[in-house]
Amino acid sequence: MSDWIDIAPLDDVPQRGARVVKTRAGCVAVFRTADDKVFALDNTCPHKKGPLAEGIVHGAAVTCPLHNWVISLETGLVQGPDEGQVTTYPARVENGRILLDGAFLRARSAA
Amino acid sequence: MTQKLIVIGAGMASGRMIEHLVETTPDAYDITLFNAEPRGNYNRIMLSPVLSGEKTYEEIVTHDDAWYAANGVTCRFGERIDHIDRTAKTVTAANGDVLPYDKLVFGTGSNPFIIPLPGHDLEGVIAYRDLEDTQRMMSMSTGNKVVVIGGGLLGLEAAAGMAARGADVTVVHIMGHLMERQLDEAAGYLLRKALVDKGITVRCSANSKEILGENGHVRALLLDDGTELPCDLLVMAVGIRPNTKLAADNGLAVGRGIHVDDQMVTSDENILAVGECVEHNGAIFGLVAPLYDQAKVAAATLLNEAAAFEQKELSTKLKVTGCDLFSAGDFAEGEGREDIVFRDPGRGVYRRLVVEDNRIVGAVMYGDTADSNWFFGLIRDKTDIAEMRETVIFGPAYQGGAPLDPLAAVAALPPEAEICGCNGICKGKIVEAIEGGATDLGAVRAVTKASNSCGTCTGLVEQVLAVTLGDDFVLPTAQPICGCTDLTHEDVRRMIKSQELKSMAAVWQECAWKTVDGCHVCRPALNFYLLADWPVEYKDDPQSRFINERKHANIQKDGTFSVVPRMWGGITNARELRAIADAADKYNVPTVKVTGGQRIDLLGVRGEDLPAMWADLNAAGMVSGHAYSKGLRTVKTCVGTDHCRFGTQDSTGLGIKLEKALWGSWTPHKVKMGVSGCPRNCAEATCKDVGIVCVDSGYQIGVGGAAGMDLKEIEPLAQVATEEEAMALTIAFVQLYRENAKYLDRPYKFIAKVGLDWIKERIVDDLSERAALVERFGLSQSVYQKDPWAEHAQTKAETYQPLANLTMEAAE
Repeated sequence: MSDWIDIAPLDDVPQRGARVVKTRAGCVAVFRTADDKVFALDNTCPHKKGPLAEGIVHGAAVTCPLHNWVISLETGLVQGPDEGQVTTYPARVENGRILLDGAFLRARSAA
Repeated sequence: MTQKLIVIGAGMASGRMIEHLVETTPDAYDITLFNAEPRGNYNRIMLSPVLSGEKTYEEIVTHDDAWYAANGVTCRFGERIDHIDRTAKTVTAANGDVLPYDKLVFGTGSNPFIIPLPGHDLEGVIAYRDLEDTQRMMSMSTGNKVVVIGGGLLGLEAAAGMAARGADVTVVHIMGHLMERQLDEAAGYLLRKALVDKGITVRCSANSKEILGENGHVRALLLDDGTELPCDLLVMAVGIRPNTKLAADNGLAVGRGIHVDDQMVTSDENILAVGECVEHNGAIFGLVAPLYDQAKVAAATLLNEAAAFEQKELSTKLKVTGCDLFSAGDFAEGEGREDIVFRDPGRGVYRRLVVEDNRIVGAVMYGDTADSNWFFGLIRDKTDIAEMRETVIFGPAYQGGAPLDPLAAVAALPPEAEICGCNGICKGKIVEAIEGGATDLGAVRAVTKASNSCGTCTGLVEQVLAVTLGDDFVLPTAQPICGCTDLTHEDVRRMIKSQELKSMAAVWQECAWKTVDGCHVCRPALNFYLLADWPVEYKDDPQSRFINERKHANIQKDGTFSVVPRMWGGITNARELRAIADAADKYNVPTVKVTGGQRIDLLGVRGEDLPAMWADLNAAGMVSGHAYSKGLRTVKTCVGTDHCRFGTQDSTGLGIKLEKALWGSWTPHKVKMGVSGCPRNCAEATCKDVGIVCVDSGYQIGVGGAAGMDLKEIEPLAQVATEEEAMALTIAFVQLYRENAKYLDRPYKFIAKVGLDWIKERIVDDLSERAALVERFGLSQSVYQKDPWAEHAQTKAETYQPLANLTMEAAE
């Protein structure tokens, strides 16, 4: 049973941009693409822990600001020759609000 | 036995439902039709042709008086229903008549949404919904000014209709591109271009603030940037809301629309609803196809026949003012989805398919929609396209045959086929040049001028070279910017200037970008090229900047930032130092370092603290040092004649003047300067991008130094007698670099490519060119020379904070 947490208005995150949500187990980055899809991922690059929320968003991917690793927002998989995966969390937009799945976030805190 | 049916609202859905009833079982119901508008059912989607003059109102009437009479429908037009008694099953009309019903149908449609701006109730402010609105718009012609708020389908049809009548029309749209719900950015760009060609002014990303009036009549629309758009008529076409008031007032279940089940029955078993007023499974409806489906289902339900409404895949094929547009399905990016993009800048064609699991789930097309039905069929039937994936984007004509070899196509071209449209160069001429010894792209360009202007035919010219030379031809090593394009930085800069491309979407389309919105490599470059070439027209896009330039601080390896306030020419004072020390204490700065650029670096600042820290430093009179930017960093100085016994000129003063003139400007890469007061060169000016060494007779200016990955000494540009000339030459050099260099080339690399002589010709020898460069730099500075710290601390501080804090949530 999912329990969706209302986070913020969609417009608080710029298109092709991201903001972070603080949780007990560190930050989750919430991304918004040019076509208003939202994605939630750990805010940590698998390479050297770069803050992904500060990266450039293009298509459905983000480029880490530290060393340009490209990460799929959909799967969390590192693109191209590099390897790794970032944990993703269910996120959606309803009536102009961003919702995250509380159950998943809590599972993350427990881990 | 004949039952009594009352229908509220004579629209397209309820009209179609009545048709079904009277055609199949004319005796089933005794029908009474109420309508608030003083007329019967007409085809609302044909109001646009009425507005543009292609049709008359009479031609779009669906049911006239004779039709209602012949089918026994009692018409009560111009009358509203005041109240419904659901227990007694009666309605009360506005005049007090109480009428019983067995079944009641809501067809109350929708209301145009009016933004509650100050002045929205002025005379001359209208929506675009009914015949009255259309007639108001038809009275606009040459000499009239009209503003349309809303760049959706309805707004654009209104704008195009009035423009066709000669009115001066401006469309104001709050989003970044037109018709954002149906089109993506690239198609929106092409549509805008077509409308602008028709004389319509389009303002996107424009926020309306207030409607200004005079004697109770609209006079102008005021935007929040202070722009006033004068108008005689203001049309709001910003969307519709289902008209649910009567239903809600009488206790029916209502969400965004009146809730109905698959049989179109509301929460009351004797009351149905159809059309734009309903909400079915969370969706509301605006296009006509589903409304007709609903009408059919409602008629069946009324006749006790089994039928169920289901939502289908929808496509929109639009003809706004002769622009061919098509959109269907879901073209948002999503999990496991891929885009196939095709652009033909020459024909103004854009096509994008969204593919998921080898099936097309969405399509957007502009310019050539001839194949749209074929694509829509693939979406609707969920056809597996694995077999034709490589060619599907080209349409049905390309399916089934062998894949095309692009070289074979070029080889087959006749000699008179035009290759370069800009310069009118045909294939024969290029072949002639190649056979005459021009065996690479540069030589062909030099001899024939082919691909020397806009550059889009570069690939074609190379193919002609390959076909003519065979194995002797080696493709040139010119590197495209990134995987999104085949063009080089130089090609794209040339396109931006020659084709006057002033937005990111324009570049993507006209340069045939292969991705939807670029990548981290090309976007920062394009953002710079656009703002450098079109400082007034183009709006800087922070989302296309690297984080340091987006947040005006240097990101460190642990995700913290460094903060470096500007110290003009390396000069500071006790007050500034005290403010820096206070900030270091207040924000727990772990490291304070003196930089090589004669200023102080505060390292390890948390991103959330940046705006507050900047506000504190601003209060002490300091501004951003741009230590993070591809822009002017520092002007390093020595103390010069003020204190030094060897100083020949006021090197500190000149350094400060240069820094004050140049700070805030964006450049292809970082720019560092130095001014030394004598040839002992204590400011190390000779390894800077621009280095000035003062001598007794004036100022020796050199350019192209560096002390980074490469170590370079400056090359002498000129010696001048006065400080003013030294300033002008420096500024002209920076502007020449801004206008011509490749993004991320330091000046020494730029100079190596164009040659120092090329630069001297323009800024040392040609005084008018020098003055023009200085003037263009000034124009850019009028936009960009402002302290980003103050701006962000005042208006964007919130964006530096977390979106939400869930650390207090119970962890369970």
